Amino acid sequence: MPSTCASPLLRVRGLTVSYDAHSQQPVPALRKIDLDIAPGEVVGILGESGSGKSTLALSILGLLPESAKAEGSIFLEGEDLSRTPESRWAEVRGAKVAMIFQEPGLSLSPVMRAGDQISEVIRAHRSGKSKQRKKEVQSALKDAGITDVNRICRAYPHQLSGGELHRVAIAQALVCRPALVIADEPTRSLDVTLQSEIQNALRDINRKYGSALLFITHNPALLAGFADRVLVMYAGRIVEAGPVAQVYRRPLHPYTRGLLQLVPEPLQHSDHISGFAQRERLPAIPGSPTRFDQLGGGCSFEPRCSARTADCHIESPEEIVPEPDRRVSCFNYGN
Amino acid sequence: MGIETAATRALQPALMRVRGLSKRYVQRTPFSRNKFAIDALVDVNFEITPGCLTALVGESGSGKSTLASCLAMMEKPDCGEIWFEGKEISHWSHRKLAPLRPKIQMVFQDSAGALDPRFSAAQIIEEPLEIQHRERGQQLRARACELMVEVGLSPDWANRSPLQLSGGQRQRLAIARAIALTPSLLILDESLSGLDLSTQAQILNLLLDLKATHSLTCLLISHDLSLVGQVADFTAVMHKGRIAEHGSTSQVLRSPQHPQTRKLLASVHVLESSFRTARAGGRA
Repeated sequence: MPSTCASPLLRVRGLTVSYDAHSQQPVPALRKIDLDIAPGEVVGILGESGSGKSTLALSILGLLPESAKAEGSIFLEGEDLSRTPESRWAEVRGAKVAMIFQEPGLSLSPVMRAGDQISEVIRAHRSGKSKQRKKEVQSALKDAGITDVNRICRAYPHQLSGGELHRVAIAQALVCRPALVIADEPTRSLDVTLQSEIQNALRDINRKYGSALLFITHNPALLAGFADRVLVMYAGRIVEAGPVAQVYRRPLHPYTRGLLQLVPEPLQHSDHISGFAQRERLPAIPGSPTRFDQLGGGCSFEPRCSARTADCHIESPEEIVPEPDRRVSCFNYGN
Repeated sequence: MGIETAATRALQPALMRVRGLSKRYVQRTPFSRNKFAIDALVDVNFEITPGCLTALVGESGSGKSTLASCLAMMEKPDCGEIWFEGKEISHWSHRKLAPLRPKIQMVFQDSAGALDPRFSAAQIIEEPLEIQHRERGQQLRARACELMVEVGLSPDWANRSPLQLSGGQRQRLAIARAIALTPSLLILDESLSGLDLSTQAQILNLLLDLKATHSLTCLLISHDLSLVGQVADFTAVMHKGRIAEHGSTSQVLRSPQHPQTRKLLASVHVLESSFRTARAGGRA
């Protein structure tokens, strides 16, 4: 979504990604994505599994597989990354833009100590004495909320708990103070107490160092009180975008409304604690996310939409600006 | 299930009852001969009421999955008793347990890893029916298709590989396989945690339907208290290998007695209140 920011940190224009399907038409995964992120801004990307959130993250990092074909432009601090050779990417990744993956247990090497893995990121980007690097590693781990720094530095990934692995991954992503950090569902498999601790650590780092954060999630509750803006993705498109407070108070797209209704009611609410009473069915968006190989000419959300009209089946809605700072792609927005 | 029926059920003998269950894992320190012990279960007392949905919640590493493995007879406890349908089974041999195994079925967290990618969706459901001699010939495929419909999968997908299905569809397939043998107890071990909220709600609705139509008894293991609070009849909270608190869901959530339950509820409450404030138009 284009923003009002004069010099955005990240500017993505018309990003379209498609994957080669054996002897068939290429399958689109992202369709004409426009996105700006200002320095220090926290932007949330919200959507169900298969909506293209992770593909967008991998595109920004230049980590798409060879079977993917990308069109459009990605500018980071004014530099066009879409035409960047791999040698330049090695300098950018980790130093200017870093990523925290879903499963830190899989993204860390099992045969290297945690401290060495963080130190390796510094060594890949600048020369310096090992004593200095060690200090920086310890400082990054403290920023990520680790108190027992020496033990964590010496430990191998299998010796760490789930929460500690996440904190090591955060420290590794932030040790070079990148301008942009992409967190791809970093709290997905964690319990609620760890979820809030990890989010607090990310928020503190964002405030302390001013790194912009692109936080990918399927849970709208995680973005409230955390992100400045939210981009709602469906079938490879941004269908709604705007400040979190405005979008949550008055969602315009039927898909956004559906997502917000999925957050469980407060536990203390008398009608919703299950007890023995006959339970109502939980609110759910009917059907499954549209498969990219089944996209037709109409709106991709139309088969699941409660507000659909005849036009929705025929034509795909263009992005419109119903009010300042907000974008929506729906013929019947707000209804 | 109406209030009276549920209250009657609560007074019924438990389908499964566990008394003083303990399990210790002894592990070796990497690159050395030193050993250390982890007490995964410590004197666990717990029961599952027939026809009800019982939730087992707790932080990572609290012992939920070890307890599930012991209940599903995949792990032998070090000591304690496991009573299932009135019989004490904790020390039964594998041979003696074999006829009981179809009665306790499990759905795992990682649906992609739990389903054989070389099998089609229908073959995955047919396999237990075939092994247990429940169906044969054309009836086998017809029953598999019936089960697919029951869990909300199109029978047109019978020949698809599980890899061609989404995470939610795979989890539905795993549930279809699990209910194929009409088990007395269905254990879902963090089966919802990898799924997005919409798919989680769809699967929970499916469980509520199965519970209503088949009086299915479920044990739902989760770390998400806000999720299980919407559907469970009973809730048990685990902490450091022990059952910290166990009771009806309304009792546990409305008047939590154990500090661990209060801690879990507080974390949920922080998340909920930010979201509700944002929805109501306050400062998010």
